[in-house]
Amino acid sequence: MDILACQDTALHRVDPRSKIITTIVFLAAVVSFGKYEISQMVPFVIYPVYLLSAGNIPAGYILKKVLYVSPFALMIGIFNPLLDHRIVMMLGSHAVSGGWISLCSIMLRFFLTVTTALALIACTGFNNVCYALHKLGAPRIFVVQLLFLYRYLFVLMEEGARMMRARNLRSFDGRGSSLRVYGSLVGHLLLRTVNRAQRIHNAMVCRGFDGNIRIMRKSSLNLKDFIFILAWCGVFVLFRFVNVAQLAGIIITGLF
Amino acid sequence: MSHHIVQAQDVKYTYPDGNEALKGVSFLITHGESVAVIGANGAGKSTLLMHLNGLLLPSSGMIRVGDYPLSKETVHNIRRTVGMVFQDSDDQLFMPTVYDDVAFGPVNMGLPHDVVKQKVEETLGTVGALHLKNRQTHRLSGGEKRSVAIATVLSMSPDILVMDEPTSSLDPMARRRLIELLKSFKHTKIIATHDLDMVLDLCERTIIINQGVAVADGKSIDLLRNKELLASCHLEMPLRFQGCPVCGTQK
Repeated sequence: MDILACQDTALHRVDPRSKIITTIVFLAAVVSFGKYEISQMVPFVIYPVYLLSAGNIPAGYILKKVLYVSPFALMIGIFNPLLDHRIVMMLGSHAVSGGWISLCSIMLRFFLTVTTALALIACTGFNNVCYALHKLGAPRIFVVQLLFLYRYLFVLMEEGARMMRARNLRSFDGRGSSLRVYGSLVGHLLLRTVNRAQRIHNAMVCRGFDGNIRIMRKSSLNLKDFIFILAWCGVFVLFRFVNVAQLAGIIITGLF
Repeated sequence: MSHHIVQAQDVKYTYPDGNEALKGVSFLITHGESVAVIGANGAGKSTLLMHLNGLLLPSSGMIRVGDYPLSKETVHNIRRTVGMVFQDSDDQLFMPTVYDDVAFGPVNMGLPHDVVKQKVEETLGTVGALHLKNRQTHRLSGGEKRSVAIATVLSMSPDILVMDEPTSSLDPMARRRLIELLKSFKHTKIIATHDLDMVLDLCERTIIINQGVAVADGKSIDLLRNKELLASCHLEMPLRFQGCPVCGTQK
């Protein structure tokens, strides 16, 4: 992600604040639809597709990550077909219940929002997203927590991987894989995290930390950034209040 | 030049769990000296170092840095004078990019942005890491991390550099480069280490800590040849004093 964020495309040069504001409007528009809505949401796919193509980001890479987290979204809607039997549409002779429609709607919403969020980070950089949030007035403590989370996520993963390796090297025939062992591993990881947090705090205190992290970033929004926000927000408003997919369908079926 | 003096007078420290880590350590380090603090694991080296910039306050005894006796009131002034480089660079490099990390101290000192920028570039240039300026800290190699960690401290223009195991986990070439870099500094240096060959290269004076007590304080070249003294403190002579491992010839 960090390497992708270092590219120099026109989209990468757009101020992170413009991209964040536009993405927030996009997310608000997508999640504001009713639970049975699908067709009206489809045209919104244009924004993540634009981010991926204009930002020169490999779609397969992002989609793989979306796939990894998709079980969480699936868990939210998986019982809908069982709970909601009301027939809301006919697909030829086949009746489709509201549960299946709402499940599809949840999955589409998930796909749109998560793909867009990941594409935003890939074409902006996580740190720049955090700085932009700070500039947009997000609470400092929230921004600092995000920055630290990202900085130490890799260290935590390395420590976790080292512990797992140590366990694997001394586990044979499935023994040493009990829940009790994993509980102990997690406990140790927590203790190590606490110790490291203490050492990091010491390092910060040594360099004059007084409770505030002063973020040094100078940036200014220019006309190009405002045009980016207005153009995309205009598109989102159009898609939100006009069913473009249905309209296109009518036009196409009218033609033939 | 009293502001470069570091003095410890009968410093004792007991951890909250009852572990008596320092049992009365005294020394006086003057301007421009380069002093190694050596000792076995758990001897009290790191605890002593943490006293030198007020991360710990002595249970009894006194620490003086320059004109200030260490106390809660003077600790901020002392931290401007004493720069501390930690053993694990990942603890020291907590900001997202190298630039942000090196700028962290100067920004907290209230320096204007253009001065901060100049200081960051100067110090990164000094440690030979200017090309890493925009890199993310978690993506650096061990040697790069160590150089940048030193830059984060140098950017605050400290008079005294305190380092905990600066050469640990470095490859031989990165270690040599670091030694040459530290040699070029004119600061007062206090280095806790197990790398006794580095001590010979860098420090003209050595303090040996054993079980919370400073058992010896003198010229490195003399103390590091004293086999019995070193053995009694769980140490051994530097490799270059141990003779040829094949024919046993002493240098």
